[in-house]
Amino acid sequence: MDTALLEQHFNEKIDQDIRIEPKDWMPDHYRKTLIRQISQHAHSEIVGMLPEANWITRAPSLRRKAAALAKVQDEAGHGLYLYSACETLGVDRDDLFADLHSGKAKYSSIFNYPTLTWADMGAIGWLVDGAAIMNQVPLCRASYGPYARAMVRVCKEESFHQRQGYEIMLTLCNGSDEQKKMAQDALNRWWWPSLMMFGPTDKDSKHTEQSMRWRIKRFTNDELRQKFVDVTVPQAELLGLTVPDKDLKWNEERGHYDFGEIDWKEFFNVISGNGPCNKQRIEARKSAWDNGAWVREAANAHAEKKAKRKAA
Amino acid sequence: MNKNWPLWEVFIRSKAGLNHKHVGSLHAADADMAIQNARDVYTRRNEGVSIWVVESTNIAASDPADSDQMYEPAKDKVYRHPTFYNLPDELKHM
Ligand SMILES: [Fe+2]
Ligand SMILES: [Fe+2]
Repeated sequence: MDTALLEQHFNEKIDQDIRIEPKDWMPDHYRKTLIRQISQHAHSEIVGMLPEANWITRAPSLRRKAAALAKVQDEAGHGLYLYSACETLGVDRDDLFADLHSGKAKYSSIFNYPTLTWADMGAIGWLVDGAAIMNQVPLCRASYGPYARAMVRVCKEESFHQRQGYEIMLTLCNGSDEQKKMAQDALNRWWWPSLMMFGPTDKDSKHTEQSMRWRIKRFTNDELRQKFVDVTVPQAELLGLTVPDKDLKWNEERGHYDFGEIDWKEFFNVISGNGPCNKQRIEARKSAWDNGAWVREAANAHAEKKAKRKAA
Repeated sequence: MNKNWPLWEVFIRSKAGLNHKHVGSLHAADADMAIQNARDVYTRRNEGVSIWVVESTNIAASDPADSDQMYEPAKDKVYRHPTFYNLPDELKHM
């Protein structure tokens, strides 16, 4: 079959919402787009463990510690589901790691901000996992089968992440003045980076149009961001906290909140490697990889020895 | 020595009485480790009571390009289904 015909067949499947599976023919550009998006997503889950791992040993109670540990472990799982989905497209996991470590591959800019206080654990669960859920739910219907199936697993697990975060915020807000201040401070610092998680505005997003055509994405960045603001503002009110945006206002006519301009200079600055923690995050990943090399080698040696003994 | 851990496909029985179902894949040095890793990656919330792992290279699969000749012939054989046969409504227990 010639390429034009194959492509036509592929497009028909996309239009009919028939999932594309690993061995099916797909355009090169579709494959590349998926590899970029899925690996970025996997890297984000893995790097996303770092800011929170920072607080596991300092959680204020055993209950909180168990939840934090379970959440961080889930994020590792999410990364692994996604790496394995990505590998079905014909890439090697070690190459994906190499791209992360060299800075060639990107991950979500949000994880380049520091977690300064315990309240940050609340704000991250509530806002960062909340924004992630908003992004991820439509991806459960992405046109590429292995990606969609990985996202179904991820979404099932995310809900507790957001709820435990909100519960932390709620507890702080019902606590002493100092605790409430801490919660407000965390909201102040995490609000804008959370809005940036949806990516550049539609007019600046170079991948959106093609990804929507291929039904990898179902909503644009701005649509999802608006949805996030609309559901999150009332949640902040319930906590008695103030969203740090003087332009935030309910717009009766639109049926949505209007909100202020995002500092895109900051966004692109962090994305390009100059956020407060970019270096630290990549260093942590690299040293985990390098210091774990002997474990990987030892496991191989052990497996070989066992196989030999079995054969003898 | 520095070879990558091979890829394993993971199948999980979610409860007794159900069949094992493919859930994804992972890397491990050998089968024992693959089962251990599968437990950590795919059954953190009681999703399984039994795990199978198969090294991915050992799976033989049909080619999607052959789909037509493989599955098309079954499509027009409606007489393989019970609803194909015209029987009176009065007929019971059939
Ligand atoms: Fe996650
Ligand atoms: Fe999460």
